[in-house]
Amino acid sequence: MTTPLLDVQGLCKRFGGLTATDTVDLALPEGELHALIGPNGAGKTTLINQLVGSLEHDSGSIRLDGAEIGHLPVWQRVHRGLARTFQITQLLPDFTPLDTVMLAVQARHGHSFRFFGNARNDRKIRDEAMQHLDQIGLGARANARVGDLAQGERKQLELAAALAEKPRLLLLDEPMAGLGSAESQQMIGQLAALKGKITMLIVEHDMEAVFTLADRVSVLVYGKIIARGSVDDIKSNEDVKVAYLGEGDV
Amino acid sequence: MSSEAIAQTAPAQPALALRLIVAAVIVALLIALPFIGKALGLESFTGLATQVLIYAIAAMSLNLILGYGGMVSFGHAAFFGVGGYAAGILYFHFADKSDFLGFIPGSNALLIALPVAMLVSGIMAAIIGAFSLRTGGVQFIMITLAFAQMLFFLFVSLQTYGGDDGLIMRRRQILPYLDTRDGTTFYYIALAMLAAWFVLTFCIVRSRFGFVLNGMRQNEARMAAMGYAPYPYKLVAFIIAGMGAGLAGALMANYLRFASPDMLHWTKSGELMMMVILGGAGTLFGPLLGATALVLLESFLTAYTENWQLPLGIILLVIVLFSHGGLSALIRRFMPGKP
Amino acid sequence: MLVLEQILNGIQFGIALFLMSAGLTLIFGIMGVINLTHGSLYMVGAYAAALVAAKTGSALLALVAGLAGAAVAGIVIEALVIRRLYARDHLDQVLATFALILIINQTATMLFGRQPLFVAMPPALSHSVTLLPGLVYPVYRLVVIAVGLVVALGLALPINRTRIGMLVRAGATSREMVRALGVDIRLLYTIIFGLGALLAGLAGAMAAPILAVQVGMGEQILILAFVVVVIGGVGSIRGAFYGALLAGLIDTMLRAFLPGLLRQVMAGSNADALGGGLSSMGVYLLMAIVLLVRPKGLFVRQS
Repeated sequence: MTTPLLDVQGLCKRFGGLTATDTVDLALPEGELHALIGPNGAGKTTLINQLVGSLEHDSGSIRLDGAEIGHLPVWQRVHRGLARTFQITQLLPDFTPLDTVMLAVQARHGHSFRFFGNARNDRKIRDEAMQHLDQIGLGARANARVGDLAQGERKQLELAAALAEKPRLLLLDEPMAGLGSAESQQMIGQLAALKGKITMLIVEHDMEAVFTLADRVSVLVYGKIIARGSVDDIKSNEDVKVAYLGEGDV
Repeated sequence: MSSEAIAQTAPAQPALALRLIVAAVIVALLIALPFIGKALGLESFTGLATQVLIYAIAAMSLNLILGYGGMVSFGHAAFFGVGGYAAGILYFHFADKSDFLGFIPGSNALLIALPVAMLVSGIMAAIIGAFSLRTGGVQFIMITLAFAQMLFFLFVSLQTYGGDDGLIMRRRQILPYLDTRDGTTFYYIALAMLAAWFVLTFCIVRSRFGFVLNGMRQNEARMAAMGYAPYPYKLVAFIIAGMGAGLAGALMANYLRFASPDMLHWTKSGELMMMVILGGAGTLFGPLLGATALVLLESFLTAYTENWQLPLGIILLVIVLFSHGGLSALIRRFMPGKP
Repeated sequence: MLVLEQILNGIQFGIALFLMSAGLTLIFGIMGVINLTHGSLYMVGAYAAALVAAKTGSALLALVAGLAGAAVAGIVIEALVIRRLYARDHLDQVLATFALILIINQTATMLFGRQPLFVAMPPALSHSVTLLPGLVYPVYRLVVIAVGLVVALGLALPINRTRIGMLVRAGATSREMVRALGVDIRLLYTIIFGLGALLAGLAGAMAAPILAVQVGMGEQILILAFVVVVIGGVGSIRGAFYGALLAGLIDTMLRAFLPGLLRQVMAGSNADALGGGLSSMGVYLLMAIVLLVRPKGLFVRQS
């Protein structure tokens, strides 16, 4: 049996009296597209934040390709091959999309303690960044101001920047949130094209997207994984139905 | 690419040719300034202009971290003062024929004093930055202010070097082939230093390092998520900025032939910030513009009233409350080429 | 006995620092505003108290004047300037309040001159008492300590027990949360700012008979109060209290005993100057150590 690319065991996180993550186990074999669903406040983003390292977990282990990464800061996990997109886009408003993706590419090309030469004129980095933008369909907007981009374009830019990091594992935090239906379809298409090439963990409320894309689904409720299985398993799971129906009562 | 995309290649920048012309005019003006002053019979003009240039170096160095890096350092005068004292103390031991700490001889050579001042300020910035950059936001402002105040008290307590009263240098430090005692010559020395620091800033800002630094200002979480560790980049920028302020301080001590705790006073830090903001944070020429505006405004007001801080405060308050982006934004508004 | 006396002096100084930093830490924490004029409010309190004390000779009236002066100054500053800064970044806040300090200090100089004012102790409190055999201590300073402790308790109880206190505690660490709860932010801000102004005025009024009342006194204590906030942690009243006592004690003890220690190894005048300088640095070194161990302050959760 091969080691899974991502192997999370017994992950716990408490905020005061609230258990945000309750002994979560999660194993993603290489190439899988795994969806994480659950009602609002289930702790999905909290879990993502612990995986990438912007939030420290209380206990448990996070292994990437067999190596423990749970103690590493965010940027070192990125260099190990872990990339993320943000639910609420975190971008550089004064830059252009090209700048943004160039920075992501630059991060892979050694350190940036270089004080001479025009970074924006670096052909190699520029061309590679352009490729990522074109791939995601943002090439025509490469030189717009990020602050002026529409919501859908920002989500695309998030994805382009993450891909430019050449990740082995991509964590997508609600990539469809805030998108119109046409934009959602486009995003689903792009993710479908990446499926199998990059291992992905996707947090999403759009069930259509989840059921179209996912190989397997985990259901998170109050910080606990209550069900896991194929799309069909999850669709017919009674606990999941209760969890989702129960949401309306709260 | 669509025509729209091409039109947007230089967002919010006036046409390149125009910018070059403006830059050329500024440079020509700076070179001709002592002659213009003499022609107009304004003897004090060159001296005032020299101060502007020196403050511009300090403001430019602050602008690297404040304008480009987004670090609101409220203690930049500390490095300005440390640089000034470095030059002053070297001269003191030269005149005194004694050694600093018993083994470092003094010097009256500017070519030694300036690098030493930059080195010492850089080391100070490394120490203060290493502590301050562990936090951010409001704490960072307070901590940089506090450390500057600490150094202020240190120099006040050093009786050997004048304590409260400051350290007087009997003569300026010397350069080979040039007479630093001549006002016009010293003006050109300051101008050369400003030009050198300008070129350095220009290079840094467009380099990979500057690219990352600019990103840090806009969103640190994003930069971390792309694989950049914020701390080392910010610390290196902080050190470079400290060295620039040290250079300016050493020049100022030589110009005034005087280094005093006033150079590190917290109001000096405030003034340096004011220069950066007046001129336009994150622009290359902004600090020069801001230094010019503030020094001229202060000398103009002091000529009229003893209570000059009152009108100065009011003017600054109005500018901060009602202008966005300082003088260079104002100028840019009247320039063609704005989309 | 000398040590005990200095400890009391340290506590008394710490109390003044606490009154300043309690307001500052709440204003930072809840309003997210960095307000350099907080020191000016302290100065206004001291001047108002000094002037009224000189006119009427009544300590009570002087205290009321100090509080009222600081409150009025606070209201004016908030309405004219600070209110416009809530939505701005820290940089604009620093610069605008820096400009305000220039204005306020120059105005104070024009009104009251450069000579410091000295205020007589209130007669009823001007004597000393023997606390322990050999330890004679001025009553006034004891009263200052007592008032400070009462205020600290008076702050702690509502903050820990009431709804508005709960909001204050929540708001100090998470401003978004208070907004999400649908509280009248404007009102909460005014209460917080007014409370801060009153505390600063109280500190200034009580300091008037102990210190020279002069322009610039506000900034001196302001910067120390910043250090206290950093040590205690932004938003934490408890942190401000313990941080202030710690800073007050260390500063006072160093000032009292360091020159004497240095005099053992060097000439008197040099030792005094160096001792004075180094003891001024002590509090900042304490801050550096705290930053090293707990970057967010002693009383704030690190993460």
